[in-house]
Amino acid sequence: MENPYKAYPVRIDSIDVATQDKSLRTFKFVFLNEGDEEKFAYESGQFAELSIPGKGEIPIGIASSPTEKGFVKFTVFRTGLVTNHLHNMKVGDIMGVRGPLGNSYPLKDLEGKNIVIIGAGFAFTTLRSTIVYLLDPKNRSRFGNIDVIYGARNPGMILYKDELTVWEKRDDINMHITVDSTDDPSWTYHTGFVPTITETQAPKADENTYAIMCGPPMMLKFTKPVLDKLGYSHDKIIMSLENRMKCGIGICGRCNIGKELICKDGPVFTLEQLKHMPEEDT
Amino acid sequence: MNETLSIRANIMKVINIDKEKWASGVESLTSTYRLFGPVKEDDSHNFKELKKGELPDLAYGNSKLSPKSAVFPPSEAMFTYSLDEKNENHHILNDVKKDYSPRAVLGIRPCDAKAVSLVRMNFDTKEYRDPYWMDAFEATTFVGLACDNPCSTCFCTSTGCGPFSEEGLDVLLVENGNAYIAKALTAKGEKLMDAAGFKTAGDDSAIAAKKAAAEAKITASIETDKLSEKVIMDLYDAPIWDDISFSCINCCTCTYACPTCWCFDIQDENKGLSGVRMRNWDSCMTPLFTMHGSGHNPRSQKKQRVRQRFMHKLKYFLDKYQKGIMCVGCGRCVQQCPVNIDIRTVSKKMNDYVAAS
Repeated sequence: MENPYKAYPVRIDSIDVATQDKSLRTFKFVFLNEGDEEKFAYESGQFAELSIPGKGEIPIGIASSPTEKGFVKFTVFRTGLVTNHLHNMKVGDIMGVRGPLGNSYPLKDLEGKNIVIIGAGFAFTTLRSTIVYLLDPKNRSRFGNIDVIYGARNPGMILYKDELTVWEKRDDINMHITVDSTDDPSWTYHTGFVPTITETQAPKADENTYAIMCGPPMMLKFTKPVLDKLGYSHDKIIMSLENRMKCGIGICGRCNIGKELICKDGPVFTLEQLKHMPEEDT
Repeated sequence: MNETLSIRANIMKVINIDKEKWASGVESLTSTYRLFGPVKEDDSHNFKELKKGELPDLAYGNSKLSPKSAVFPPSEAMFTYSLDEKNENHHILNDVKKDYSPRAVLGIRPCDAKAVSLVRMNFDTKEYRDPYWMDAFEATTFVGLACDNPCSTCFCTSTGCGPFSEEGLDVLLVENGNAYIAKALTAKGEKLMDAAGFKTAGDDSAIAAKKAAAEAKITASIETDKLSEKVIMDLYDAPIWDDISFSCINCCTCTYACPTCWCFDIQDENKGLSGVRMRNWDSCMTPLFTMHGSGHNPRSQKKQRVRQRFMHKLKYFLDKYQKGIMCVGCGRCVQQCPVNIDIRTVSKKMNDYVAAS
């Protein structure tokens, strides 16, 4: 059995500044060793440890989709030791990727269903993976209506703008893009917080409709009651969580909430499951 | 012969070891095994790798720190790497050559051996096998020493263990006058007895009475009978944690001394253009343990951290594995806590708690 702590060696293939304030960059990695990409077979919603020898590791959601081949992509916020170092690395530099880790969004179970994807800020990465997967010609027909509600603080903080523009024009996905506020007169999309936009734009709940939600704590806190109001039952609200992690494989013992480990039993849980798990913050 | 033995599970052979032959037997083991055993340092004992010719000091109550370090060192190397871009394999992790030749822990107490088998459930799962812990574990033969004189803080008999418990052991030694009665419990244990030259057939009829006498000396206990029927959220929200955690100074002594605490951190240590990825014991008592990159900390208050420790030991582990609590009753945390937090008192509060309906 392979050592689950050993990262696959990768080369940075491209680096794109992802937001106007340059606090996020998107890194595309290619695997150095033949066969590693196949071993890294992942699903939307999973994460990986980005491993920089000499600095350490950080758990980051996978932003590319399993339908995209030849690379794996992550959008990383600059915040601590490892991410600061990563933001200063160059195309061609060598580092490691360890994973895939955790469970995934249950997309197999959602076939035939309508899906509303609700995201905010830079938690949009695994949702981007999900959307690309759902829109793939091989997959799209297996799913019902797809709605996406995505909010950022201001237009400059919106991730994956080029793709959002393309998705906007399609008729098989309903995009509801919003910013908290803007003084840009050319802004043609929504203005307002995600919970507010969800209330007016999200499809009404029915037996066949599921919500996938990922975002900062405040957005989640205020969007949950909106989904309640719209009639979404808690087993149809799917959320992704995060916590400080080290091993990513359920062994080092720090990321638990109650008896579940976010790294291994999660990061994806339904709101129904979360109701029986402590919030830890209280 | 050994091939045949190794596939037999749960064999049991009783051997008589004359104490006069103990030292030469241990000496014989050194050609095959790295030996670990209790060594007296200042006023207490700790498990150390024995130097050539050094004997384990078996006249001891229990070690100050648990012997978990024999398979789970406080600090160990996981990988090495080069940061020198002139080096062909720079920034790529290399395996560390480790010594997983046979090793034996001599004189481990039954509670600490049971702890190893509990901790194994964390390191050896359906999905992942932790290679460092498991390779060390598989290389180790555990030779236990039954407790004739338990400490006043021992409460192993109420944790599904006991002073003569055999769980997790390959050999159990029972002191009997000028001899040890050795029960070889596994093929590994039998192999070690052979290697030591301990071959005289023994008689275990004296053990039952000694076991009963030792168990009778243990008067302390932990109340856990109602924990499994409690709801996690009720215990989590119970108004008991402010009181329990009030005096805690987050010194981490309980987590380091505990034989069933396994949490670790991973850190890169660099020297010049090369480095080592290390793993080190960590503790849920420190705020940094759960601090997010954003600065947000789900366990920023000591109440949350103390609750985490006891909920993990007495409820989460119990619910997750259905194998009892994550405590073997060694009493180290009770003895060593500088502010007298007592897991037995905490467990009683949890066990007695009834949520208002």
